[in-house]
Amino acid sequence: MSEPTVTLHVTRYHPEHDSAPRRQSYSVPYRQDWVVLDALNYIKDQIDGTLTFRWSCRMGVCGSCGMMVNGVPRLTCAAFLREYYPHEIRVEPLTNFPIMRDLVIDMSDFMEKLRSVKPWIIRDEEKPLEEGEYLQTPAELEQYKQFSMCINCMLCYAACPVYGLEPEFVGPAAIALAQRYNLDSRDQGHKQRGPVIASHEGIWDCTFVGECSEVCPKSVDPAGAIQQAKVTTTNEWFKSLLLPWGKR
Amino acid sequence: MTAARPDRPKMFQPKMPANWWLKHPKYFLFMLRELSSVFIAIFLVVFLIQIAQLLRGPAAYKAFVQTLRAPGWIIFHIVAFLFALYHSITWFEAASKILVIRRGEHRVPPQDVVAVGFTAWGVVSFVILVLVLLLRS
Repeated sequence: MSEPTVTLHVTRYHPEHDSAPRRQSYSVPYRQDWVVLDALNYIKDQIDGTLTFRWSCRMGVCGSCGMMVNGVPRLTCAAFLREYYPHEIRVEPLTNFPIMRDLVIDMSDFMEKLRSVKPWIIRDEEKPLEEGEYLQTPAELEQYKQFSMCINCMLCYAACPVYGLEPEFVGPAAIALAQRYNLDSRDQGHKQRGPVIASHEGIWDCTFVGECSEVCPKSVDPAGAIQQAKVTTTNEWFKSLLLPWGKR
Repeated sequence: MTAARPDRPKMFQPKMPANWWLKHPKYFLFMLRELSSVFIAIFLVVFLIQIAQLLRGPAAYKAFVQTLRAPGWIIFHIVAFLFALYHSITWFEAASKILVIRRGEHRVPPQDVVAVGFTAWGVVSFVILVLVLLLRS
């Protein structure tokens, strides 16, 4: 009996030879325990060594192998062939990003946006080392823990039509990470992040499509983070309006 | 998306097709939710005009109500009602993402927030229904 196979339609794009991406089909062995990334690695090792894609950990931690699988942003290391078999599988680079080659997208826009929200702990004044670490209670940790699970895989950007239509939008992951630090009891950088987060390109560009949270492999819920930031920002605006003499 | 830079290789810049919202059922439902606001806005304008007719006297009000009994207006109101219903359902579901209620160290499960919202909605709707029925009888 011949081994069962599954067909993968993979996007190919060579910047020096192609004017637009094209599709190439490969037939790979079907294995119950294989994920789409295993199939791509099989193609690269056994069929076509020129196929280019990013991957690293193979266990949903590094966030490198995000691609569109049958039109849905997925980590290919977590997308099992058995979810699609016996149907054919379409593998494309993440949408809304420029394509560098084959399945590799240019992530520099995301990296710039990530940096713009200052995703690190900011202190007005660092206390001397001798005074020890900044302590935190479990309840304080719970405030931001969910948003700290982000692995920067950019699936949420591929799922977000607002980012596709308005590339200046800061985007789901970057705002969720800004929220992660704003909610951290050790952080004092709320005001520094304000201009980016509370701008039109920040939270107010979001129309709450909600797909970012649906595709997030780490259940970060960036859509929730953005809506919560909208509430906080609005409350602060009202407070500053009603209590202009209060401490802002 | 970043503009092409001379130090970088050529890249393919994808463009979103105009019919992007037809390509995924969730995007389509999102567009329906956005569209619902148009129908709700038109309904509110009609309702405000109806109230204004009250100020002009019973004859004017009756004439306006008569106009609203035209089949076109009835169909519009049915469509607007369905949109309002859909909008309200999505609104209560969204509330669970926005309202973070903590009990001690743990967050109250979002489905509980949704359940409270729907229950309150049901109770208020029932009270209004009873009031309307009492006033009419």
